[in-house]
Order: sequence, then structure tokens, then C-alpha cells
Amino acid sequence: MTTFTAGIDVGSTYTKAIVLDDELRIVGRALRPTGFKLTQAAEESLTAALASAGVDRTAVRYTVATGFGRHQVGLSDVQVTDLTAAARGATHLFPGTRTILDVGGQTMKASRLGPGAKVKSFRLNDKCAAGTGAFLEKTARYMGFATEEIGPLVATSKDAIAISGVCAVFAESEVINHLSQGVAPADIMHGAVVSLVGRSVQLLKRVGMEPEFTLVGGILRFERMATVVRDQLQADVNVAPGDLVQFTAALGAALLGRRRLQQLGAAAVA
Amino acid sequence: MAYAAGVDVGSTQTKAVLVDEGRRIVARALTMTGANVIRAAEEAFQEALRGGDVREEEVEYVVGTGYGRYKVTFGNTQVTEISCHGRGAVHMFPATRTVVDMGGQDTKAIRVSPVGEIVDFCMNDKCAAGTGRFLGAASSALDIPLDQLGPTALRGQKPVKISTTCTVFAESEVLSWLGKGKKIEDILLGVHQSIAGRSTGLLRRVGLEEEITFTGGVARNVAMIETLQESLGLRVNVSEESHYMGALGAALFALDHILAARHPIRQDA
Repeated sequence: MTTFTAGIDVGSTYTKAIVLDDELRIVGRALRPTGFKLTQAAEESLTAALASAGVDRTAVRYTVATGFGRHQVGLSDVQVTDLTAAARGATHLFPGTRTILDVGGQTMKASRLGPGAKVKSFRLNDKCAAGTGAFLEKTARYMGFATEEIGPLVATSKDAIAISGVCAVFAESEVINHLSQGVAPADIMHGAVVSLVGRSVQLLKRVGMEPEFTLVGGILRFERMATVVRDQLQADVNVAPGDLVQFTAALGAALLGRRRLQQLGAAAVA
Repeated sequence: MAYAAGVDVGSTQTKAVLVDEGRRIVARALTMTGANVIRAAEEAFQEALRGGDVREEEVEYVVGTGYGRYKVTFGNTQVTEISCHGRGAVHMFPATRTVVDMGGQDTKAIRVSPVGEIVDFCMNDKCAAGTGRFLGAASSALDIPLDQLGPTALRGQKPVKISTTCTVFAESEVLSWLGKGKKIEDILLGVHQSIAGRSTGLLRRVGLEEEITFTGGVARNVAMIETLQESLGLRVNVSEESHYMGALGAALFALDHILAARHPIRQDA
């Protein structure tokens, strides 16, 4: 009988769940806004992921939680840090990964990996929204666009306008000034992306940049993001296809669950 | 009778003040700055003229201040808001040595000489943490009007400890406290304490010297006055005109010009 493992990533903005079979194939995934009821978000995303896989809850042998809210989730067997989970997911998808940039709704993380997907050094930005997805969301909202419109909007931009990007609040006056001078919203949004990426490159430099680079996190689902990172790094970057990029840490958590299951099995046999 | 005007184009609101030759305030006006900064400045000025029953040609000199001071197209000159707040504060409270000005997007600590000249200042120029915007975020997260924030916070007994620095994240932190069942007044008291703590840090950097005068739009908030005094361990002066202090300072500088022009200092004497 096939057994399954699950990974749940309780992020600052979205909670992601992924279900893997025993051959490490992704059989189901789902996401829900995290909100303030973390247990509920975790429960709902896992239920939805299982439903999309057509897998019964009882067939899941091991569940690993990660992300900032991992300790508030009752239904996991173990918790791992988001850096560890993202490292595991990224090296599974791209075995040559040495440096990871993870941009989420309210955090930005850079980490450098050693052998065996071990995190050797990392830097976080979690004090200031200017380096996170919240900066893009705020900029979009000032102009009357929803989060999901950011990707398509930036794709139509011809040229990025300079946005200082020191503070997500101060950006509002900047955006209003640009709009009143007739600058296209697409070019302003593009400018916000360039500014955000500029900050992420600074963070990457502090952990030491070593190829290959793998980008993870919900913000990378905006298509132009990867291109801008590539331009600024002057290096090639790996990005998981489609929305899988948002599930990289959840994938890593589920993979760690499978490994743990194997260790437990080996111990039981011995 | 000649009049002088000061127009303070702030990040959130535009204020205008008219003074007469005796340095008395004859009118004040307030309008939202919005996207059309030039129009906001004009509107505030016109409203002050109507309020004081003064004709435009009776106003001999206009000084613009605030972040949009160069958009005061009808102004004769511009003076920084730091100089204007210092001047206004010393006019209202002559013993003022330190001014804390809290506006919509910035907080400034200003040290002034006995005659109201600026000795030193520091401000948050890179980050909106600890500014009026933090209150704005709490106001929209809790759906409580800005002018109710202070009175509500004063009812707080057990303030929560706000851990976020960034104003953007504060909004979600406020909601998460609400989700954990904390009382609105305790959350709000925590928000005010957090801002007071940041402002105290800024004041210490500029060198804290009594008396301290609290100016800017946020000085109307009773809980902000209380928590700031608590955090500083000192009393602060707050005037009825605190919101108009920058515009008042600008108007006083404008009056200087008018009076100086009437009594020119002879260089050749």
C-alpha cells in the first residue's frame, strides 16, 4: 500500500500544504490565506491538498510543519525551520543549488548551503516591509490593483521608473507623485520590483553568493521577478515552474517527512 | 493693517495660518493634501482668508513650509518645516528648548536656542515606524476613527507589547492581538507606548533639554501626550495650536520680512 507524507508551510501571508507519495511525486497541493487562525489555515490547506490528491488522511504517515506559524499547528509530527525546509525543497528541484533567495509576503531570506542541503549561513529581513512582498502589495494597492494583478501588470511595462524603496509607507507619496505626472502604473510597479530585487541582492551578498541560485517564495510567481533578479545578479537563476515556487518550503517539509519515516522504519527493523 | 501668512504643506494635511502685525493669529485653515499639492495649498490659504475676513492683497508676505513648500506657488519664499516648528513652539512656549513634532509620516526632534533658532535636529527619514502613520494603521485595522484612538487607549489597563517595527506589519500585528482576544483599548495603549518609545529615542539622540513642546497633528491625541510624558518622565507643553505650529512659524517668518522691509538696516551708516 502506498503511504504518503505531508508538508505544511504556515507562512506570514499564505499557508501551503503539499502531499507526496512514497516515490516523492507531488500528488496534491493547496494554499489558503494564513489570517489569524493558524490552526484553521493549516487544517484547511491540508484537507484541500488531500482532496486534490484523492488521498485519505489516514494514509498520511508523517506530517512536517514549517514557516513562522509552525509551532501553532497541532496536526504535525515535527516542526522544522523554514530555512531548512526551503533548502531541502530547492535542492530536490535543483540539486546544484548553493544559494537561496526566498521572498515571501512579510519576509525576505537569503541562505547559503553546504553539502547535504545544510544551511551554512543566512540573513533575514523581517523588521521592514520594504524588502518583502508587502512592499509590492502596498504599491499595487495605492494604484488600485490587487495582488494577483501585479504579475500581469509588470509584464506590460516598457521601462521601470526609479522607486526609492526605503519604506513601504513612504512609497505611497512617491507612487502618487509619479501617477500625477502621468507615469504608467505598469512602469511604477516594475520600478517597485526592481527596488525590491535591489534589496534582495544586498541580502544575498551578505551571505556570500555562490551559484547555483534558486529563487523560492510566493513573490517569485510574478513572472518578471526572476528576470529582474537575473539582470541584477548577472547570473542564471533556478525558478520552479508555475506556482510550485510558492510551495518549495512545503515540498521540503514533506520530503523531510519521508526521510524521517525511512529512519523510523530502519530503526524499527533493527 | 498688514497680514502675514504661513502655509504648511504636510505629507497628509495642509495648514494655513494668518497673523497680524501684533503676532496674533487671526485665522487658520486645514485641508487634506492629496495628490494635487498646489491646489491644496491654495485652498488652505483661501479658506484662511475667508475665516479671518482678510483680502488677499492685505497679505503682504507668504512663507511656504512642509514637504510641499515649493508647491506654494503664491508664496514669496520657503522655510523648512524644522525652522518653522521651532519658531512656532518658542512663540507659544518661550521656555521651549526641545520640540517633538509628530506628523502623518514623520517624527522630528528639534533642539532650539532661547530665541528659537535651530541648534540640532533628527528625524526618521528612512522609515515610517513611530510616526502618525502607525496610528493610521491601527485606526484602519481596528476600524476606529483617528480622533477616537487616544480616548480609547486611555481606558487601557494592560497594554500589549507591540513587537513590530514596520508600520505595514503593525496592521497585521494589531489584528493578531485582536484574534488572541485582547481588548481594543489594551492594544491601542500598546500602540501609543510603542510610538512614544521611538520618539523618546529620537529626542535622546538630539539631546533632551527642558522645556519640551509637542507639536504636529498627533499632538492632539491625548493618549500620545500621556504615553510620551510617561516614556520621557517629563512634562510636555501642548498648545491648542499644536497642529498649526509649522504654519504659525512660517507666518511669523513672513511677518519678520514685512517688518524688516519697513525698517531696513542701513548698511552704509
